[in-house]
Amino acid sequence: MKDFAALFARIDESTKTSVKTAALADYFRNAPDDDKLWTIALFSGRRPKRTITATKLRAWAAEAAGLPDWLFEESYSIVGDLAETIALILPVPNAQSDHSLTYWIDQITTLSAQDETARRAGILAAWDMMPTAQRFLFTKLLTGGFRVGISQKLMTRALAQATGQDEATLTHRLMGNWTPATTTWVELIDADDPTADLSRPYPFYLAYGLDNLDELGAPTDWNAERKWDGIRGQFILRGGEHHLWSRGEELMTHRFPELAQLRDFLPDGTVIDGEILAFADEKPLSFNALQPRIGRKTVPKKLLTEAPVILMAYDLLEMDGKDIRNDTFTTRRNHLENIIKDAPNTAPIRLSASVPFDDWDTLTAERQRSRELHAEGLMLKRHDSPYLSGRKRGDWWKWKVDPLTIDAVMIYAQAGHGRRANLFTDYTFAVWNGNELTPFTKAYSGLTDAEFREITTWVRKNTQQKFGPVRQVTPHHVFEIAFEGINASPRHKSGVALRFPRMLRWRKDKPMSEVNTLDDLKDMLATYG
Amino acid sequence: MADVLTFTDRGIYCPAGDFYVDPWRPVDRALITHGHADHARPGMGSYLATHAAAPVMQHRLGPDARIETLGFGEARQIGAASVSYHPAGHVPGSAQIKVTVKGQSWVVSGDYKTVADGLSEPFAPIACHAFITECTFGLPVFSWTPQDILATQINDWWAANAAAGRFSILGAYALGKAQRLLTTVDPAIGPILTHGAIENTNDILRGQGITLPHTIRVTPDTNVKDYPGALVLATPGAMAQSWARQFGQASTAFASGWMALRGVRRRRAMDRGFVVSDHADWDGLNSAIRATGAEKIFVTHGYTTPFRQWLSEQGFDAHVVSTEYTGDAEDEA
Repeated sequence: MKDFAALFARIDESTKTSVKTAALADYFRNAPDDDKLWTIALFSGRRPKRTITATKLRAWAAEAAGLPDWLFEESYSIVGDLAETIALILPVPNAQSDHSLTYWIDQITTLSAQDETARRAGILAAWDMMPTAQRFLFTKLLTGGFRVGISQKLMTRALAQATGQDEATLTHRLMGNWTPATTTWVELIDADDPTADLSRPYPFYLAYGLDNLDELGAPTDWNAERKWDGIRGQFILRGGEHHLWSRGEELMTHRFPELAQLRDFLPDGTVIDGEILAFADEKPLSFNALQPRIGRKTVPKKLLTEAPVILMAYDLLEMDGKDIRNDTFTTRRNHLENIIKDAPNTAPIRLSASVPFDDWDTLTAERQRSRELHAEGLMLKRHDSPYLSGRKRGDWWKWKVDPLTIDAVMIYAQAGHGRRANLFTDYTFAVWNGNELTPFTKAYSGLTDAEFREITTWVRKNTQQKFGPVRQVTPHHVFEIAFEGINASPRHKSGVALRFPRMLRWRKDKPMSEVNTLDDLKDMLATYG
Repeated sequence: MADVLTFTDRGIYCPAGDFYVDPWRPVDRALITHGHADHARPGMGSYLATHAAAPVMQHRLGPDARIETLGFGEARQIGAASVSYHPAGHVPGSAQIKVTVKGQSWVVSGDYKTVADGLSEPFAPIACHAFITECTFGLPVFSWTPQDILATQINDWWAANAAAGRFSILGAYALGKAQRLLTTVDPAIGPILTHGAIENTNDILRGQGITLPHTIRVTPDTNVKDYPGALVLATPGAMAQSWARQFGQASTAFASGWMALRGVRRRRAMDRGFVVSDHADWDGLNSAIRATGAEKIFVTHGYTTPFRQWLSEQGFDAHVVSTEYTGDAEDEA
């Protein structure tokens, strides 16, 4: 755990990717296999589940430190992170230990199966033999909130440096449904046959947002299609079994059972990249229709009828069991068309149609129609491009419609977490409803660090009331809020809920008397909801 | 019985002696705990400080400032009040000020820390009836790294950078923190370069007989390449400016009590954060307050609201007073 804590500190404290990657590669060269495996798992979001409630942990820590609960809460609101607060308030440890990362994770699993008295004793004993940095990580693992500031891409690069293997091969090996309980370091990284796992997906190719049409060159080099507003998915059919992966590498096969039919229409050894869309009468439904199906492990019949889904197919990555990602987009797309053209209309799959255009003006006009088609904008793909992995510039671009916007006034502020602890970064916004201000959304991104600091200083001086970590502030500052969509929501006082709300700019020029009204929001709901 | 000290919108006031302690608006007579800008402000008719605090104050307030001095423990009668200064351990020359009127003693702590830093006169608890204390770090999450471990951490970091041919830029406040770090590090590792603002303070302190290791002032004429692997002491402001660029791909670190918090560390975006402060940590505050034997406690700046409540629950008659002291403002130190 000491080495892992040192690794974490080096990654956490540095902003230089070279330093982070070198630290990680160094660790992969020296750590024992089971610790390396757990490190990959943790750094790729395969966290152990939380088995002990945060309430218990904070009570035990406060008790061990001899502090009243209110003072623990006060400290937590300043630190902004539960595990860190616990690590900092506990008294200096009485013992030392040099157990490994794997030992402590196993210990957590063991404790989870025991009764509360044993858990409490086990955790207090563990805290009492670790210095602050290790305590923090151990507690992060207990709360299930472990995160680290290194991307999967950088981790894979470090792994490539340490093992001498190719980065792309490793990327592929690390995907899929494994956990440290189901595999070993040797199987996952060193073993010969990387295709042993039939469910293993390819890394998704992700597009950057387009900022300038002029950089694209001739329109004839490009294919355009709608940017569908659903869930990106990779459909895999191998060995008679199908799997559906999300972009976040989550297996979602059972959430969309209707796609099982595709086994009857598609040849074996097929991998398709596409969008899961709620779809009826040959038209996509809005994202709102799909929303209730996200996050559900099983789907009730009613939802299957109300929000039937299809796979809107836009790329073919594997054909007849062969990886064809290096073929051109045009070639892959022709194969894709051939594969699905014979499927009957009742089969839940469609080809994402190309949007024909001869010049950029035509395409600009097409982009304006996006919202009415329930699309988010357009996708531009270069005809001769291979299917790359990760977010890359140059061959694929997303060209989203401009967001909807509304001016609102900040009425509550809350400190952020992690890097933003101690800064007020999470705000609640309101619009006028007659003479009253009605809150309608929260937002916490879109401003610069300097602006967040400026607002933090202001919030400290203009707090009217505190509700735990939340501060009610004098309504004064106006922000332009951008969002991607708006739905009716009976749960919210305003009656609406926004999609991806964020702060587009701080309107220092605008007095709060001029912010939008709840009626303006309701008009937007009527038009775009 | 009248209060020995009262709290006004100009500062802490003694009616019996007609003077203020660390006032923030111009007054005729100011008793000053130490030379930091939020305690020693310009515009006072006269100043009274310790012998050791005066030179830096004179430098900062200008030659026209009238500064009288006295030694630690020396008593002085001002009107109906008896006044004495006692070490606060915050920076060289920093004092707690004890004011006694008709047998009632009140002590103003100024800023203080309870652990010896090897440079400042060590903090001494003063028995009193009422104690006016700072609580910059008045939450139980603040617990400082012991001085010997701190020294090892900084020296290891510097030595590793020096071995790799990199400069080590360490950010610290110009008065106090910078000199404390100078006496903490091992000068055998390599040369030590300083930013001008820090070296000005070094000159003054050396001039009053305080021993500091050899340092080299970085001027526009300095060719820093002549000092490979040097430790560079910089003010927080200078680290963010083009000044720092002459050191190329240096490793950067910051030394402050706020470095105890991961969020602040990450926001600073340095390679390292050393947890070191010239203020008392949680245990330091609690032990200092208990050691005074005072029943009445006033907290002036820092996490005043929770700290007051904590003291009340511990049986003290505790109050928050509103002041304009900033303590260790995160942007400064």
